[in-house]
Amino acid sequence: MNTMPAGSQRARSKSLADWPPIILNLIAFAFGIAVWWAITAAKLVVLPGPVDVFQRGVELIMSGQLLIDILSSLRRVLTGFMLGVALAIPVGFLMGWYRVARALIEPYIQFFRMIPPLAVIPLAIVTMGIDEAPKVFVIFLASFLSCVVATYQGVISVDRTLINAARVLGAKDRVIFPRVIIPASTPFILVGVRIGLGSAWATVVAAELIAAQSGLGFRMQQAQLYYDLPTIFVSLISIGILGLLMDRLVQAAERRLTQWQERV
Amino acid sequence: MTPSQITDPKISFQNVSRRFGAGDSSFLALDRLSLDIADGEFVTVVGPSGCGKSTAMNIAAGLTDVSDGRVLVDGKGVDGPGPERGVIFQQYALFPWLSVRQNVEFGLRIKGMPAAERKRVSDHFINLVGLSDFADALPKTLSGGMKQRCAIARAYAVNPSILLMDEPFGALDALTRVNMQDQLLDTWTRERRTVIFITHDVDEAVYLANRVIVMAARPGRLHDIIPVDLPYPRTEEIRLSQKFADIRNRVWHAVYHQKPQIEPTIQEEEH
Repeated sequence: MNTMPAGSQRARSKSLADWPPIILNLIAFAFGIAVWWAITAAKLVVLPGPVDVFQRGVELIMSGQLLIDILSSLRRVLTGFMLGVALAIPVGFLMGWYRVARALIEPYIQFFRMIPPLAVIPLAIVTMGIDEAPKVFVIFLASFLSCVVATYQGVISVDRTLINAARVLGAKDRVIFPRVIIPASTPFILVGVRIGLGSAWATVVAAELIAAQSGLGFRMQQAQLYYDLPTIFVSLISIGILGLLMDRLVQAAERRLTQWQERV
Repeated sequence: MTPSQITDPKISFQNVSRRFGAGDSSFLALDRLSLDIADGEFVTVVGPSGCGKSTAMNIAAGLTDVSDGRVLVDGKGVDGPGPERGVIFQQYALFPWLSVRQNVEFGLRIKGMPAAERKRVSDHFINLVGLSDFADALPKTLSGGMKQRCAIARAYAVNPSILLMDEPFGALDALTRVNMQDQLLDTWTRERRTVIFITHDVDEAVYLANRVIVMAARPGRLHDIIPVDLPYPRTEEIRLSQKFADIRNRVWHAVYHQKPQIEPTIQEEEH
């Protein structure tokens, strides 16, 4: 691959490529803030600058408002997401393992997958009222649909040879299922969980924009009424950071649970 | 073709046929195979692609049904996989989420063997295939040859009287392969089992076997049975001997100079 002796590479003058990624990340971040500051300070756009947003952020944190909003959004996401995944995994396994179950369930899954979960909100509000139920339901739907397909794909793509290997070692279906099918499809399920969490998070904010009395989406919607741009920025940034944190958590879990995988 | 004179065979294929698919697109993978294999015999099976050798093995393993005929193991008809028949696959088929030891203990766990005894048995077979230093390693950290040794230990651990091996060394490089052949024979000498070993390598077939079964394709069928009259343990000296070369030539001719049989078939894929 590398025909050059190691020494000659060292000897080259230090280029950007030699810098640790974290430093480059920080440079990019600082650069972004600087551009933002420059544009707003020059009044090129009517947007709040980083300083205004930072101040508002501190205010919202001190008053406890931000924490309340974050917690109520998170509670909705986690409730809906947990319910969605809890149902998606057994249904996905059922579909992957039994031809009949697949044929019966798949048309519904494929159909509902084509409907954006947000489009269900009006119906959910009419039938379930305006409290937590419709929001949690919509999030449940979003995470269920993305997770069920991944689980089912995982089960049908389990290597036949592994199943045969278990079989010739004396395993019957009820052993093959927990000992082979579940571990072999775990990587797929975790991808489904990750996608499900992403779509749950995207859905909660949108759902709160439409109908809620608390939460990050609700706060933005209120701020919009009062032309309170810094609050909108604080909410957006919180949404981004929380989404990123959750994704990283699932990724870490994924790495732990699938460290046996051969990675290319 | 010599009719086998084995009394009380370990495995007996009796007029075994297998057809895949239905209607016009169906093809005969195996046509009336009859073959007796003695207890403790090492038999290799060679033949061109599509000769039904893997099909025959899968039928013996109980992973594929027969369309006609029957397979007897110790005089009893085969109905699904059984612990007396261990299988080793070309693609190793190790459970990648389990360590070497856990893989070897997989079949023992299913049997419900207590942990202490499991450990004793797995230690023995892991040691037998020379993987003691890798007992706790995951398969992804092993080389191809080591993976296959682990698979051999796993098959041995449940104490089968028959080992069915489907091109087990097919994915290995030539040097590793020769090494593995010696190790397999060494293991087999110490823990004698009846072995059916499928290969497409004529050298390998002759080096390992008591008898080489040559099969023909389209439809898959028995072509010739060539006895290998060479003593065990097989050594490099034997491998390079004139007698080995003679037998090898005979097998080579049987495999590569088969008279084509006129029988139109649509699919040529081997299953």
